[in-house]
Amino acid sequence: MPKPTETTPANPTLTARLRKSFPAAERTFSLDVEFNAAPGFTILFGPSGAGKTTLLDCVAGLTTPDAGRISVGERILFDAGSRIDIPVASRGVGYVVQDLALFPHLTVEENTEYGLFHLPRPARRERAADMLREFRIDHLSRQRHAQISGGERQRVALARTLVTDPCVLLLDEPLAALDATTKSKIIDDLRRWNQAHRIPILYVTHSREEVLALGERVLVMEQGRSIAQGTPHEVLRTPLQETVAQLAGFENIFDATVESIHEDRGTVLCRVLSSALTRPDAGSSVILETPLIRAVAGSLLRVGIRAGDILLAINPPTGLSARNVIPGNLISLEQRDVIVSARVDCGVEMEVHLTLAARDTLHLAPGKDVWLVIKTHSCHLMQK
Amino acid sequence: MLIDWQAFRLTIELAVVVSAVLLLIGLPLAYWIAFSRWRWRFIVEAMVALPIVLPPTVLGFYVLVALGSRSPLGRWWQSLTGHTLAFTFIGLVIGSILYSLPFAVQPFAASFSSVDRKLLAASATLGASPLRTFFRIVLPLSVPGLVTGISLAFAHTMGEFGVVLMVGGNIPGITRTVSIGIYDQVQASDYASANAMALLLLVFCFGVLTLVYALNRRPHQGSWTVGPIK
Repeated sequence: MPKPTETTPANPTLTARLRKSFPAAERTFSLDVEFNAAPGFTILFGPSGAGKTTLLDCVAGLTTPDAGRISVGERILFDAGSRIDIPVASRGVGYVVQDLALFPHLTVEENTEYGLFHLPRPARRERAADMLREFRIDHLSRQRHAQISGGERQRVALARTLVTDPCVLLLDEPLAALDATTKSKIIDDLRRWNQAHRIPILYVTHSREEVLALGERVLVMEQGRSIAQGTPHEVLRTPLQETVAQLAGFENIFDATVESIHEDRGTVLCRVLSSALTRPDAGSSVILETPLIRAVAGSLLRVGIRAGDILLAINPPTGLSARNVIPGNLISLEQRDVIVSARVDCGVEMEVHLTLAARDTLHLAPGKDVWLVIKTHSCHLMQK
Repeated sequence: MLIDWQAFRLTIELAVVVSAVLLLIGLPLAYWIAFSRWRWRFIVEAMVALPIVLPPTVLGFYVLVALGSRSPLGRWWQSLTGHTLAFTFIGLVIGSILYSLPFAVQPFAASFSSVDRKLLAASATLGASPLRTFFRIVLPLSVPGLVTGISLAFAHTMGEFGVVLMVGGNIPGITRTVSIGIYDQVQASDYASANAMALLLLVFCFGVLTLVYALNRRPHQGSWTVGPIK
């Protein structure tokens, strides 16, 4: 049974090293990761199919790894070497799955009491009622799953799991289906709960906002491997690898070589070689000033620029602090919802995001000459 | 015209006992069929389904042999009670249980399998044992399947003929069921009595099934789905 967290002075860290293969006809998927999750939020970030849910299933005990070891502090949950495999029900690992799995025939209150069956009825009632109050859903206690909203269901699923005082919490995209307002309210609730309890929480998400709002640490996964770990700032703001960059939302990614290094000014000049995503081999004359990194002249690297970080001007701009002003020619304009995506040929092709009003005021049309303005610090350098 | 009320009482008794026993042995068997990962599970499934296709006389014949004094089971029963199981009410119950087994077990197993596995996983992560999960989650969500299985087993036992004839014979008050009685009256050219009993059986069975299906209507059908609102 889960130990009450109050009795443990410093909550233990979740340590896992595991390997799991799923043989498939075309391509065998294999998960092979090693990580530590200290008390607090650890975000699992990565494209679908990266193995995030499989990892959670292994920690919960719903999937048995082929090899490895999972422990919480001194307590071993799984060890292939010594054939330890604690059953799901005895692990004390709380797991909120993506589609919640609320029991449809039970009321909100009965769902919340479900994991407390070892307590006498009055104690069970009281604990569940406290938890429902904490998540501000006590007024729904007699309702069933079908009668409440998506955000309320999410809270019930969280309350039902948290009331059991788990030693580790697994959350699989818990907020994916919710609107922004509900999302931020639940994020606040989760933060508050985390402050009070401090247990390792593995949190799967695709959303950058959630990573930045909750993440104390981020584990980036791709194809069953962990490809980056660190604080959200380290992992997302200055990505090291191209896969991370794409996840972090860089629409423009280019190969480049280091032209010259200016340590005194804290900058590097890079010559863009090609658009890595569209025309792999073409050269170009575009030179970008980027922040200083440790590199030698002539070395190859990659530059990522968000489409929303680029300014577009229809006259040669002057008197700017931004160091990169690149002339180009507008290729196309495409409206996506309330954003206009402009493609500009400036030796390499760049994507720029504009508002509808900007497009109309500037009378933009394909063929028009434009200038792109990019701040030095909007150019993110990565390993090639 | 003569209605054999004794045969009616006996038939209903038989159907009630058989349904009750099938509920008891059908639940674990259906649970096993629904959740076992044994690679030869299909053999058990085929065996359970066998009475659907087998002529009742074939099943009845083997039950008779098994209950008779030459089989180990028959001998054991005889040493215990002093008489054989064949041509007794208990013998009839045993034959009918085998004959109606698939009608109870298949709907049970189908409704158990249709319970969302995510609910079972959620129950386990909340600390519930498989047994607890069965009684708190699987069983309540399978009530329509249970009602269907039991009512089919009941109705099937009410109307059975071949197995009863082979195993029980035609002993008034002990093994003569309604269907045997009707057959007897037809043989004796008493069509009026046969018609009266047949009609009564028809009305009774229709009444029972109507009641069951009426009770089995779920007021909030469709609302017991799982997942967030999109």
